[in-house]
Amino acid sequence: MMHKTNQLKRKLKTLFSVFFLLSSSSFVMGNEEFPTAEVCKTGLAVTDDTVTVGQLHSITGTMAISETGSVEAERLAIKQINDMGGVLGRKIEIIQEDGASDWPTFAEKSKKLIIQDKVACVFGCWTSASRKAVLPIFEKENNMLYYPTFYEGLEASKNVVYTGQEAVQQILWGLDWAYENLGARTFYLIGSDYIWPRTSNKIARNHIERFLKKKDSKCKVVGEEYYPLGHTNFRSLINKVKLKKPDLIYSIVVGGSNVAWYKQLKAAGITSNKYNLLTISTTEDELLGIGGENAEGFYACMKYFQSQKNPNNQAFVKAFKEMWGEDSVIGDVTQAAYLGPWIWKAAVEKAGSFDIDNVHAAHPNIELPDAPEGYVRVHETNQHLYSRAKIGKITKDGQFEVMAISDDLIEPDPFPKGYQ
Amino acid sequence: MINPINQAESSFGKVLYERLFKNKEGLIAFAILAFVILIIFPTVLSPFRLNLTGKYLCYAFAAVGLVMCWGNAGILCLGQGLFFGAGGYCMAMFLKLEASDPESTAIQSTPGIPDFMDWNQVTELPWFWNPFKSLPLTIALIITLPALLAYILSVFYFKGRVSGVVFAILTQSMVACLWYFIVGNQGYFGGINGITDLKTLKGWDIRTEDAHYLLYYLCCFLLLFCILLSRYILSTRLGRVLIAQRDKEMRVRFSGYNITSFRIFIFCFAAVVSSIGGAMFTLQVGFMSPNLIGIVPSIDMVIFTAVGGRESLLGAVYGALAVNAAKTAFSEAYAAQWLFFYGATFIVIVLYLPKGLAGIYHDHIKKWIGKSMSSSKNNDGETPALVTEEKNAE
Repeated sequence: MMHKTNQLKRKLKTLFSVFFLLSSSSFVMGNEEFPTAEVCKTGLAVTDDTVTVGQLHSITGTMAISETGSVEAERLAIKQINDMGGVLGRKIEIIQEDGASDWPTFAEKSKKLIIQDKVACVFGCWTSASRKAVLPIFEKENNMLYYPTFYEGLEASKNVVYTGQEAVQQILWGLDWAYENLGARTFYLIGSDYIWPRTSNKIARNHIERFLKKKDSKCKVVGEEYYPLGHTNFRSLINKVKLKKPDLIYSIVVGGSNVAWYKQLKAAGITSNKYNLLTISTTEDELLGIGGENAEGFYACMKYFQSQKNPNNQAFVKAFKEMWGEDSVIGDVTQAAYLGPWIWKAAVEKAGSFDIDNVHAAHPNIELPDAPEGYVRVHETNQHLYSRAKIGKITKDGQFEVMAISDDLIEPDPFPKGYQ
Repeated sequence: MINPINQAESSFGKVLYERLFKNKEGLIAFAILAFVILIIFPTVLSPFRLNLTGKYLCYAFAAVGLVMCWGNAGILCLGQGLFFGAGGYCMAMFLKLEASDPESTAIQSTPGIPDFMDWNQVTELPWFWNPFKSLPLTIALIITLPALLAYILSVFYFKGRVSGVVFAILTQSMVACLWYFIVGNQGYFGGINGITDLKTLKGWDIRTEDAHYLLYYLCCFLLLFCILLSRYILSTRLGRVLIAQRDKEMRVRFSGYNITSFRIFIFCFAAVVSSIGGAMFTLQVGFMSPNLIGIVPSIDMVIFTAVGGRESLLGAVYGALAVNAAKTAFSEAYAAQWLFFYGATFIVIVLYLPKGLAGIYHDHIKKWIGKSMSSSKNNDGETPALVTEEKNAE
């Protein structure tokens, strides 16, 4: 509600400033250090003291519950950047559009933001389906999307910066960790039935059968199952799991299904006392619905946990709660969304320009040394982030206890050789 | 000195004129719609908005189909998205094959097949994709496939005299089935992502501004053609039997008509019209998604029809335009609260305008026009057909 009226005011303000500029540009030097004609040659919505960006997430519909965190994180980042004086001396203005959990709507709204509003970049999308729907538009109209979600890889568009992990970054190190620390030799792969879980499990299976097997010939996949999105009855699956007694249940169940999945596991006696479960799809956001007590002791492999104890993260969590309420939780994707505006700012300042091609050229090797998750760097070629993977153990209060952090920055490799 | 052949021609012309437009009023209303979508929109709207309008007009096809089978034949179909999607997917499959030539898919493990197949470990093109290598075959399928689907889905129910609410619910379950089928078979149909990244039609880039203009006009002409065809059907005996069986089913049966075949025909006709809309949607929007064939979009289509006035073919077009424009306008102005405004609009329409936009015209505007007309010159004749139509609505 509140930022709606603010947005209206801001729109008016932009309008006024445009008129002001039009009428007085000959007398007043606007931004002396970075004149608008210099920093924006392709007709983006940049004035002497503002730059307009788009924000495109679902704030209504089934995905709203997941995407709200990203909306809030991006707004926090933009507010902080504005408080520091903006980008190239210009305050960031936001035009928010609602993707309404509907992929055709995402396409329509992204066109509106790019063609009509001429935004300098867009922070948005969450599901792979929404990204796939807008991608052709970003490529055709040449604009830049900052995409926060961990996803399946197999994509490296010059018009998208992927601030989440692609599948390889999230999977390999986590499996190695489970092999070393949980003694995992037999694996049961479970997922929701769409591209991300399927691709991820394909990579996991390859890793288990090719690499872990070399270390120990007992390593194998004992089952692989998929259920439709929104599926809520996992009893037959749970019986199969009990029959096979895997050392590790590898779970990529997403969205609302999570709640039923963990509750039914607990009801069937599959708890962390007897079984190990490693997930790459359950964050603090989902645990809010599942309830920490229903999944206590299971593991997740992410690149960020709210409970990380570094000072940057503590400052981030504090600022986030100040802006969005004491009860808010911050999951992996929320933190990745928070990185988007900062990377864009760094790239624009490095390029000295808002123009998409220049920003694209500036992206490689941009560093954020004090990101909440720790140091990250943009890849030399594919616009994904180098980051460190972490293992967290679910606690009763719906948070994670950080168990391990990878020593090296893991290189993003969206087209992994030998895993396809 | 009137040439007899000319006379015959002119009487044929007259018959056609009466069939298509009924009277001058019908012609004027049709001309106004044609003027609005063919001339006013392209001159007033920016290319981006025109493309959006083109998208709305695609929904109008489905609404026109519903006017025929629901408004005029009394068969409520809550699964019109099924046929819209069938057309859309046929077109999308053709375009996707064209976009997946071996060069642009060289990075895949199996070049030359659509990218989503490669992601799902499908290594060769499934057999049922083969017809979509050819454009004429694709166009033929856009027309025949939904007709066939509609026939198979309806023949047993109509033969078993299933109708009304029961049939409406069955259509809804059919559309849900298709949704699950597509989402479940992601290796063959792209799953929840749909079929995206469509680029060219026979080498012609459909994403450019010029292409959007051309496709918009094509969409308009097809829509106007479908409306005229529908009007023609309604004006024949076939159409009168359809309306009669809607109002007094038993009486028509006892008069010796086999209602079943009439119902199957109109259901199939509505399916084909919707399917053409779906194909145009894919061309103008550049992708197809299972989101367009679920239960919700199907009900949306019924809403467009209801807002326009379910017996009015032109109303259906205005209904689709108005509802979608309102949706876009609300969601752009109030990104977080737009659903409330959108919902409130429907409540107002249901409460105060049960006959939709066409109702406003018949009840208010027409009277007003009639008054001002009769004051200036003789009334052109209150049309009895429209009066009965008015009485029939609720």
